[in-house]
Amino acid sequence: MILDGAREVDRIELSGDRDVVRARRRIADRMDALGARALRKTRFVTAVSEVARNAVVHGGGGVMTVYAFKSARIGIECRDRGPGIASIEQALSDGFSTTGSMGHGLGGAKRLSDAFEIDSRPGGGTVVRMLGSL
Amino acid sequence: MPPSALENVLDILKTDQDGVLAGWIEVADEEGVKRSDLFSEREGREQAASLLKAFRNGISERTDKDDFDIQAEHWADLRGVLGEITHERVERGVQPSEMAGFVLALKGPLFSRLKERLAKKPEQLVEEILIASKAIDAFAIYTNEVFIAEREAVIERQREEMMELSTPVVELWSKVLTLPLIGTLDSLRAQEVMENLLQAIVHYQAEVVILDITGVQTVDTQVAQHLIRTAAAVRLMGAKCIISGISPKIAQTMVQLGVDVGEVRTRSTIRTALTDALLTVGYAITPIKNHQEGTLV
Amino acid sequence: MSSAAAIYPVEGVLLVSIRDDITDTDIVDLQDALSERIADESANGVVLDISGLEIVDTFVGRVLAQLTSIARLLDAETFVVGMRPAVAMTLVELGMYLPENRTALSLTHALAKMRQMRDE
Repeated sequence: MILDGAREVDRIELSGDRDVVRARRRIADRMDALGARALRKTRFVTAVSEVARNAVVHGGGGVMTVYAFKSARIGIECRDRGPGIASIEQALSDGFSTTGSMGHGLGGAKRLSDAFEIDSRPGGGTVVRMLGSL
Repeated sequence: MPPSALENVLDILKTDQDGVLAGWIEVADEEGVKRSDLFSEREGREQAASLLKAFRNGISERTDKDDFDIQAEHWADLRGVLGEITHERVERGVQPSEMAGFVLALKGPLFSRLKERLAKKPEQLVEEILIASKAIDAFAIYTNEVFIAEREAVIERQREEMMELSTPVVELWSKVLTLPLIGTLDSLRAQEVMENLLQAIVHYQAEVVILDITGVQTVDTQVAQHLIRTAAAVRLMGAKCIISGISPKIAQTMVQLGVDVGEVRTRSTIRTALTDALLTVGYAITPIKNHQEGTLV
Repeated sequence: MSSAAAIYPVEGVLLVSIRDDITDTDIVDLQDALSERIADESANGVVLDISGLEIVDTFVGRVLAQLTSIARLLDAETFVVGMRPAVAMTLVELGMYLPENRTALSLTHALAKMRQMRDE
């Protein structure tokens, strides 16, 4: 698991779209405090936004846990209460086009993070884990 | 002081530090890791002495009886001394293996003294040698880590310097920037190039950017994609991007690769690109009337 | 619509300033409110100032493209201004080039470009 050896430092309840903004803010502030570079922060927070929105819109809400590492990285785990994703491959492939068609944005999150893991079972909710560097 | 598994080692270091020091330097000399060409004998002796002192202090502050962890608080001094010595020696060209050899040479004099003291207590002898050996090995590994970290820092610094050298964003005219790309354009460099360029757009409030690829050796699909993406990012910022220096060969490659340049404006020479760019910001280059060769206006 | 976005008329153009804490609901509300204002005020231009946005994700990117299309149907040109370098790089990495949107460095630049377009 990509979060091995990390320490939990924050927990954000995700139930409405205001919480997506809160998750972005909290993680951006944390990365600022850790001295992250502007580009790396923007990339990771954008990925966080996609994952948090996905949990709120498609996952019936959830919890985002933030992890700290000894090295210059940050990680999150987002656990939702949704029906799970039937085809992970499809969820990761859509939402991608030059015009920005509809999609879950998870593919975007995968692209913007340093490491990305997704576990989902129909009926069992979805867990997304991501790493970003500072 | 709590009873320690290293009590005899500690005692030796307390009562016979000079003897151990002399023995250590002797072994190091024999094994050819002295390098008197790179640092003087006096320096070597001073460094070894300060290491021994830190070793002794570390053991006496040590509370855990069994496991050895160089990252523990009471080894902070020793880490500092080791780091400093490694740093100094590496700067002068000592090899990491020589540095490790120097540290490991401490085992000889220390263990021979332990053997004398504990001749009648073989169990304790084995135990102390095991732990002390583990500690000294850890010191040697630590010097290697310091060495690697220092090398990496040097490489990173040089890479950054090269990057700055190779991606100079130049203000050609008010609101017009140019970025002459030279050499190869890998992903990492492409990202830095883009970042520098976009920041320069904000800084100079530039309206046009000329990306000159005359000096780029080869354009493959990846390089072409980088160029298109850079142009797209420039456009998102609100500036116009012109790619100049597209040779007939590169044009052919790009078409064969099926690269879609989309709305990106391309020009074969920086000269035409400049004319274009100036026109965009409301200027034109015109000849001076009655101009005579060699006349300075 | 909440205070996360504000619409001001400037020189016959609607300036929309979007704050970083805008929610998805706010931005959908903004789309409604802006469409109404364009029609009511016969605005011929819209400037979306996103200099306050630290991130633009796929949802916001999509809405920016939609706002532009809606405004175009209502006969108004839209400019996106003030995008931060890190945001531009992230959007490009996401493959969102926003080809429908016109862009400018700032409000001033956008107004100048609009005047130029009208003159031509």
